Amino acid sequence: MSTGTETKPATGGADTTGTPLLQVKDLFKSFPVRGGGIIPRTVGQVQAVHGVSFDLAAGETLGLVGESGSGKSTTGRAILQLHKPTSGSVKFEGRELTTMRGRDLQVMRRDLQIVFQDPYASLDPRWQVNDIIAEPLRIHRFGSPDTIQARINQLMEIVGLNPEHRNRYAHEFSGGQRQRIGIARALALNPKFVVLDEPVSALDVSVQAGVVNLLEELQHELNLAYLFVAHDLSVVRHLSHRVAVMYLGTLVEMGPRELIYSRPMHPYTQALLSAVPVPDPKRERERQRNRIVLTGDVPSPVNPPSGCRFRTRCWKAQDICATEVPELRKRGDSDLLAACHFAEEMPVG
Amino acid sequence: MTETIDTNEPLLRVSDLTVEFPTDDGVVHAVRDLSFDLRPGEVLGVVGESGSGKSVSSMAILGLLPRTARISGSIAYRGQELNGLSYNEMRKFRGNSISMIFQDPMTSLNPVFTVGAQLAEAYLEHHKVSRKVAWAKAVESLEQVGIPQPDRRAKQFPHEFSGGMRQRVVIAMAIINDPDVIIADEPTTALDVTVQAQILETLLRIRDETSAAIIMITHDLGVVAGMVDKVQVMYAGTVVEAGVVDEVFDTPRMPYTVGLLGSNPDPSLIGQRLTPISGAPPSLVNLPSGCAFSPRCPLVAPVCHESEPELTETSGTVVHLTRCHRWNDLAGYDDPKKLFARKEIGAEEPLAALLIDNPEVVVEEHLADTADQTNDDRTKGDQEKEAAS
Repeated sequence: MSTGTETKPATGGADTTGTPLLQVKDLFKSFPVRGGGIIPRTVGQVQAVHGVSFDLAAGETLGLVGESGSGKSTTGRAILQLHKPTSGSVKFEGRELTTMRGRDLQVMRRDLQIVFQDPYASLDPRWQVNDIIAEPLRIHRFGSPDTIQARINQLMEIVGLNPEHRNRYAHEFSGGQRQRIGIARALALNPKFVVLDEPVSALDVSVQAGVVNLLEELQHELNLAYLFVAHDLSVVRHLSHRVAVMYLGTLVEMGPRELIYSRPMHPYTQALLSAVPVPDPKRERERQRNRIVLTGDVPSPVNPPSGCRFRTRCWKAQDICATEVPELRKRGDSDLLAACHFAEEMPVG
Repeated sequence: MTETIDTNEPLLRVSDLTVEFPTDDGVVHAVRDLSFDLRPGEVLGVVGESGSGKSVSSMAILGLLPRTARISGSIAYRGQELNGLSYNEMRKFRGNSISMIFQDPMTSLNPVFTVGAQLAEAYLEHHKVSRKVAWAKAVESLEQVGIPQPDRRAKQFPHEFSGGMRQRVVIAMAIINDPDVIIADEPTTALDVTVQAQILETLLRIRDETSAAIIMITHDLGVVAGMVDKVQVMYAGTVVEAGVVDEVFDTPRMPYTVGLLGSNPDPSLIGQRLTPISGAPPSLVNLPSGCAFSPRCPLVAPVCHESEPELTETSGTVVHLTRCHRWNDLAGYDDPKKLFARKEIGAEEPLAALLIDNPEVVVEEHLADTADQTNDDRTKGDQEKEAAS
């Protein structure tokens, strides 16, 4: 890695020869629920992530969508070992992360970064931007103060900030600019994989678009792999090569973006897509007539339904759904992986 | 509500509404010259980014602003002036004639009272009935918004409801007194899309059943597209474009609306760059001279800095107002979204070249080895400095 010039354009996940950059297999993460008595006892487990598996290639974006409480963010954090997974394996460039400790993990973390959702909460209000971006560089002993300063200026320029503003505090920037600071911090150590945890959902639409463009451009130039966690399906569609749909801790469907958005197989994906309003009055009214409106709410992850977790809200549910957990695999002729006993293609406009 | 409703007479007529807040830093011009009419059964969408004055104007209509606010202009409900009424005089109208659905169902319900008690209280405020009748009415309104087992749910506390169910309770509270105008301030922003679909459907059904008018405040252009009749786009405290929703979305005549529509990822444009609006909304204390959007506008001309344009009617067949000096020029563009296309990133050189000017450092495998590295960096840094000087 003396040249570091692997700046081939993002390949859209086509580059699957050899081992993928990231391999996640049977990832489980549960959090204990404590009782309220005098002696707190564990009275249950929140099964936040329940058997998630996927691969990610260099330069690829996997969109992870689902409603709140579906375990999207927990998945991202469990991959980065910010939450220790309960079980399962996470391999980055063939090396197992879940068993890694201490310095090994710290070295590894240069390649694995995260951009957080809330740019107001994820930047220290008492720190100047300079220090915020310098922190990872100092921790990983990037170089002399001069080198670090040069790097900071460069990073600020890359994300579209004026390096002259480096001595300002986070509150002096707008939401979009703050998110750019967060992105600069994540990129400081030249990572290969970045978890984007709802990076634009706290921003106004006009500002959102700029950050989305920036993320797209950075991926293209730096061959970054993204795990893009979001609930906004239209942003995910714009940015992802492949999309995985999560429901109550499990992946219910995964596959190429075009297929997921045009001919989804899983009833939940179909309902989710049909619920997204589009900013076109005529089409939106048409869609409203054909909208699949799910009844009820997401069940509690402490006590998920047996068998298929979606069956309590599914209009296709039959007896088998309560007894047998559908596995995530190819169904029918589609290239999508779907976890449904009755998966069938349905065009969604 | 015994008088007959003349559908041509507006229920609510807001004219030249201006709201200012004096602060230590100067006067905040939160709402400037806002005017609109609302007829029975009509749904008016108000879109805009944070700080555009959407919420403040609705609070002004309900008389919920703090006393420090300076409100001028007229808010007429069925011909009766609401601006200038005292807090107590407003109570007659609030909830009864005009009601409000707030954004966050978590904070708009009282956690220590049952849902039924809170609904009954709202009903008792405007009706002289027994508690029992009020309770029955509360249960009925819960049923109306689609909450299953309403008699059992009425005895529960807000924390026992999910987010979507809680928002239904808030809607039930807004409609329990059968108001003529419902102001919904971002009613689905805190909710997931599948739940959002349920809530919007409920709101429209209630509109059909009660023929109440709805003011839908949102930043989601998709929500507006599907559910409203008329839309007004707000920027820096004032309406910059208004009209029938199809007309405004199909042929926007104000660059800000164009930018807003272009910022939304459109599935038919995958692979293309989004067209963001550069810069940030102006400070409401120090508004730019002339048109408030001029510093961010790609079509800006000298006249835009001189005077703020009036809301003028465009040449369309249906009502369509725009606040732009150059709307006629805008109409000449085939694809006005292209106006906003520009280079996003400051650096002109390829990014990769910028990043890898010192690549060895970060790919170094062990922290222990970085000591030698640092020396190398220093020499390199010095060289760079020399080169610079």
